[in-house]
Amino acid sequence: MSVKRKVIKGLYRDSVSLMQCAAAVQKREGVEQVGAMMATDATLALISTPGDYAAAEARKALDAGLDVMIFSDNVSVDDEIALKRRAHERGLLVMGPDCGTAIVGGVALGFANVVRRGDIGCVGAAGTGLQQVTSLVDRWGAGISNALGTGSHDLSSEVGGITMLDALAALDADPETNVLLLVSKPPAPDVAERVLDAAARSAKPAVVCFLGAPRENVERPGIQAASTLDEAAEKAVAASLGAAPQRPPESELDALAAEAREGLADSQRYLRGLYSGGTFGYEASLLLSAAAVGRVWSNTPARPDDRIADVWKSREHTVVDLGDDVFTRGRPHPMIDYRLRVERIAEEAADPEVAVVLFDVVLGYGSHPDPASELVPAIEAALRAAAEDGRLPAFVAHVCGTEGDPQSLATTTSRLRDAGVLLADSNARAVGLAARIVAGREGPS
Amino acid sequence: MTKLIENPPVVVNVGLDSFADSVDATGGRAVRVEWRPPAAGDREVGTELAVLLGSEKVAAANEEAFGRYVSAQPSLVGIAPAREAIAGLEGRMLLHAGPPIEWGRMSGPTRGAIIGATLLEGWASTPEVAEKLAASGEIAFDACHHHGAVGPMAGVISPSMPVWIVEDAEHGGHAYSNLNEGLGKVLRFGAFSDDVLTRLRWMGDVLAPVLVDALAALGPIQLKPLVAQALHLGDETHNRNVGATSLLFRKLAPAIVRTATSEQAAAALDFIAGNDHFFLNISMASCKAMLDAAHGVEHSSMVTAMSRNGTDFGVRLSGTGDAWFRAPAPVVDGLFFPGYSADDAAPDLGDSAITETAGLGGFAMGAAPAIVQFVGGTPADAIAYTREMGHITLGNNPAFTLPPLGFAPTPAGIDALKVVDTSIQPVINTGIAHKEAGVGQVGAGVTRAPLDCFVLAVRGLAEKVGR
Repeated sequence: MSVKRKVIKGLYRDSVSLMQCAAAVQKREGVEQVGAMMATDATLALISTPGDYAAAEARKALDAGLDVMIFSDNVSVDDEIALKRRAHERGLLVMGPDCGTAIVGGVALGFANVVRRGDIGCVGAAGTGLQQVTSLVDRWGAGISNALGTGSHDLSSEVGGITMLDALAALDADPETNVLLLVSKPPAPDVAERVLDAAARSAKPAVVCFLGAPRENVERPGIQAASTLDEAAEKAVAASLGAAPQRPPESELDALAAEAREGLADSQRYLRGLYSGGTFGYEASLLLSAAAVGRVWSNTPARPDDRIADVWKSREHTVVDLGDDVFTRGRPHPMIDYRLRVERIAEEAADPEVAVVLFDVVLGYGSHPDPASELVPAIEAALRAAAEDGRLPAFVAHVCGTEGDPQSLATTTSRLRDAGVLLADSNARAVGLAARIVAGREGPS
Repeated sequence: MTKLIENPPVVVNVGLDSFADSVDATGGRAVRVEWRPPAAGDREVGTELAVLLGSEKVAAANEEAFGRYVSAQPSLVGIAPAREAIAGLEGRMLLHAGPPIEWGRMSGPTRGAIIGATLLEGWASTPEVAEKLAASGEIAFDACHHHGAVGPMAGVISPSMPVWIVEDAEHGGHAYSNLNEGLGKVLRFGAFSDDVLTRLRWMGDVLAPVLVDALAALGPIQLKPLVAQALHLGDETHNRNVGATSLLFRKLAPAIVRTATSEQAAAALDFIAGNDHFFLNISMASCKAMLDAAHGVEHSSMVTAMSRNGTDFGVRLSGTGDAWFRAPAPVVDGLFFPGYSADDAAPDLGDSAITETAGLGGFAMGAAPAIVQFVGGTPADAIAYTREMGHITLGNNPAFTLPPLGFAPTPAGIDALKVVDTSIQPVINTGIAHKEAGVGQVGAGVTRAPLDCFVLAVRGLAEKVGR
């Protein structure tokens, strides 16, 4: 008996028609058995089931020949390693687990912004980090070929950067990609070496931002180091367009800070960061530590000693990632559900010691459809309440998004600005502004 | 190297639906999966399932098992007393439907049928004595399925009862079933009154010899073509057998008239003509023969038996030998005869789900729209049942085509892996017995095989296949 197969592309038929078709062929002489079924020409499985089930679904997808993006968190490292090795053997890619963001061929996967197509290819182990660099690249006139996520554990020694290395190889071979842009927290040292070697071997210029890693550990021929996400985007845009983007001078922050300080009462000394993007929170902790504003407590601290004991209660300078598991158990992510942030804004602004409330607003697919509608009333109410008390806390933010996003960058920023929020074009600059406002205010009260 | 970025992705979205919206809105194409946690939420079995679904060993075994099922050629070859036909049925031993069960756990109708069969065999003189004997352990019980046999409802087969003999000409196997007594107060629903026993004795003494002679005159009757014709007459050969019984009657009648005395011929033909379900037991033996051909293929996840003893629902896989994977038998939702309700019903009972296992019954419901009236359904619902079953089967049986589905072949060869992966439970058409012995049938309806049986079966197969 011989077995014959035929694939007809781009055709949909319901199951009755398929069975009729099979029955018709069945009648022909010499035919023993016929099956006709719908197949998808699917290329990628996007898995966002509860974490307990994600690995099994991913395995099925890989066995079906699909690349996989696992948005789900809480997948064991053993499962992650097994899946990534299996994928690697089969010439497939597993983005994640815990991969929030990717843009493939212009298609938004998970939390992603609508960005111009271009020649900058990104790989990131940090979801909002990828959103920041891709949004800024778009805002500064360049574009993205692909943005691939690895998930937050890929660059650990155990996993060994399997996805990062495979994604780099894919972008290196991609004719649409001319510039490589890598974003991550610092990898395990051995993994960092392998990743940097791979990036350096590529003929394409690479910009690498390992948040918190000393520049000299990253820089090498063919690789430019960036300390912040916006610096990484700037350098990638410069490599792509041949000219650095036009940004407002940093001195603008001094003027804004001076203005904000005028409204502060003597008691107002501390800043409180309320982040929805984990990478933004971490970047803020790093930059504030470097700015020497004083100790910054955080659940995403720059130094392990600065880990805050009670994430529900701020103390002195505090930066909280509200996307932490502690907050998302049983409720949606703060990029979708603003209730927790709105409550916390009121709480922080009512604290007579708070000078600055610092936050991020993430636009794009997957995020809240209209964040300004949640934030503006909360900020206005908080300012009114503080004013009755003779204080005027500063609200400082940046909006991570693009004009193409469903929420519109311009509309969102103008509504926030009208509500009195001081806006910077990147998280790093928003942090810089907040730091300038509280600089020198800490001391005995 | 990954080809992911060579083209805009076509995305299978498993989980948050809004992610599919984003894909569609940004120039991609999303296929939305109606996802439910597999294996009833058991993470460990879900993981084993993923491994088995990707296993080439399992896929090859299933191809082999399914091929054997499809190529089986069951024929009705004769009738003989059970003790002569069925290997291992010796001494004081009774076979019953479903997975093996001891007296203490047997349901009311099964106990009733055991009492009736004990009286029939003359092992006891009164029901009270029969019950004591049955409880004493002096009568051996075993599952019909362990002896190549199947019986509807209580499914009790005793040594002196005549059984149909079905032979698989392709693979040489044999399957057996008792003769159908008709509706009303009958042994298979647990009735054991004198009229029940009188009828059974007549069936052994008169009907069986008449049929033996007629079958000898006719030669083997090929059963797949007969069932195929019955499907075109609106049967699904489980809960509706009026077409198949008529076809069989048409074959038997001339031979009976030629071989029996006119008095016996009239009595036999009256009996057959008066029982729409006369063919059911032959249908079941035919299905058993086809599935036994597929049983015993190492690593195969194909279901080769689904059966109930009124207490447990049990499932067997081709690749897990004699193991039964059990869950409590469900109470059937259906249409009850006047004066009865679900409160009177015994849990699901009988070997007759062998028909569904073979792609008939509920799986072929599209051909038998009259059946869905039991659950207030429409012909469209009947077709929907058949289509749904297509998601959990290994293939289709080209011998059995369904007119309302454009003569498409019926979905067949239940894959336990697919059941557990999709949480689509096999649909079963069935009669409903009264929970007390001796009352009889109280209704009929449509039920589903419990998912837990299949979850256990997947675990059992995973142990055999290894990681």
